[in-house]
Amino acid sequence: MGELRLALLCAILLTSAHTVHAKDLRAGGKLLLTGGVSNVEGAGGGGIASWALITGYETRDGIGGNLHATRLTLPDYKFTTYGTAVGLYDRLELSYARQDFDTQGTGAKLGLGSGFTFHQDVLGAKLRVLGDAVYDQDSWRPQVAVGVQVKQADHGAVIGLLGGKHDQGVDWYVAASKVLLNESLVLNGAMRATKANQTGLLGFGGPGNDSYQPQFEGSAALLVTRRLAIGVEYRTKPSNLGLKEDDWMDIFAAFAISKNLSVTAAYADLGQIATFRGQRGLYLSLQAGF
Amino acid sequence: MIHALILAAALSTAPAFVIEHPSLTHPGEEAVAAYAQSPANAGAAPFDGGAMWTAFHRQAGVNRVVDELVDLSLADPRIADIFRSHDMARLRRTLKEQFCFLLNGGCDYSGRDMKAAHKDLGLQNTDFNLLVEHLQTAMDHEKIGFRAQNRFLARLAPMQRTTVER
Repeated sequence: MGELRLALLCAILLTSAHTVHAKDLRAGGKLLLTGGVSNVEGAGGGGIASWALITGYETRDGIGGNLHATRLTLPDYKFTTYGTAVGLYDRLELSYARQDFDTQGTGAKLGLGSGFTFHQDVLGAKLRVLGDAVYDQDSWRPQVAVGVQVKQADHGAVIGLLGGKHDQGVDWYVAASKVLLNESLVLNGAMRATKANQTGLLGFGGPGNDSYQPQFEGSAALLVTRRLAIGVEYRTKPSNLGLKEDDWMDIFAAFAISKNLSVTAAYADLGQIATFRGQRGLYLSLQAGF
Repeated sequence: MIHALILAAALSTAPAFVIEHPSLTHPGEEAVAAYAQSPANAGAAPFDGGAMWTAFHRQAGVNRVVDELVDLSLADPRIADIFRSHDMARLRRTLKEQFCFLLNGGCDYSGRDMKAAHKDLGLQNTDFNLLVEHLQTAMDHEKIGFRAQNRFLARLAPMQRTTVER
């Protein structure tokens, strides 16, 4: 957890550095949807991909925050995440998400018992390092952020039986986001260094591999109205367990009911999960915040 | 403001000065300190062609959008104070000129550059964004297509760097 402590220390230092300037603190102020929604790991982004945008509706003069709950109903599993995140001065994002991966009746077929549920806690920190995705419309320079996610899965013994080497892992990523207002497009790309199996729900590393591998996350969204964005996402994943872990993808629509409430609906394809193929289903996420 | 008053006092005894600075001749507006006029003061390059001018319903549409933008801003308690003691007649005129210039409607922009025009207003990003939201509302009411709205906002967005001071 050393990385997390470092991230929190950075957060506190940055926060205090800002307050020295004694600016007028103001909540809100960001333009609609420009904080992103909450992804499955709790970070500001799309549904499965990471964005460089800092969560919440705060500008550099304030603090924002939100709660989210997400349900992904798959043929053989039920994937639920919920969590909270704060955005500090549109500079630093701190997040926590809890993931429940319910094997339902599939658990019995896997020999785990019906309704066996994998859990994972994800603590995240994301720091915007350069650029502004919205204002810098006169250049191609994107907003860039670096992030870390400390993940703790439960059921270490089961993960060990599946071949996973660890029940805890740390992901590192760098993300770039650009709002292309001229085209009404939002483009995001991220590179993630990870050992995670199914984002960590099935542990980290495996007989096939126990080292960090670079993975890609990308998304593109079309701004349809001020409140509505539709898009596609793609996320590559390592396959450490020898279970033919597939990449994830989805098509989504994010709708801002107001600056305090947004809903994201998607059709997600998570491919094969623990030998069960064709895990496709409806993704529904609610985010409430300021 | 003090500069403006001094200049106004000076003008009352030196009317020839007015001829050298045509921006001071607009009826119903307060006198302003002299400055160099330039198309570059508009803060961005105009669009090519006539598509954007048409999308904004030409001068009549731009006039409605600017007037509603200013009305909404003055009615918004979060930013209304910024406009207090400012010459609203001049603001409406120069905004209409600036929008017309940027949309390639054939106007000259006679106002000051963005940095000078927003100097010492102490604007924060929230103020900038609230103005954008009011502009979006005004453009919606004018039934300007969303894509055209965003293309226009893309020209205005970088002005955050010169207008937001803190």
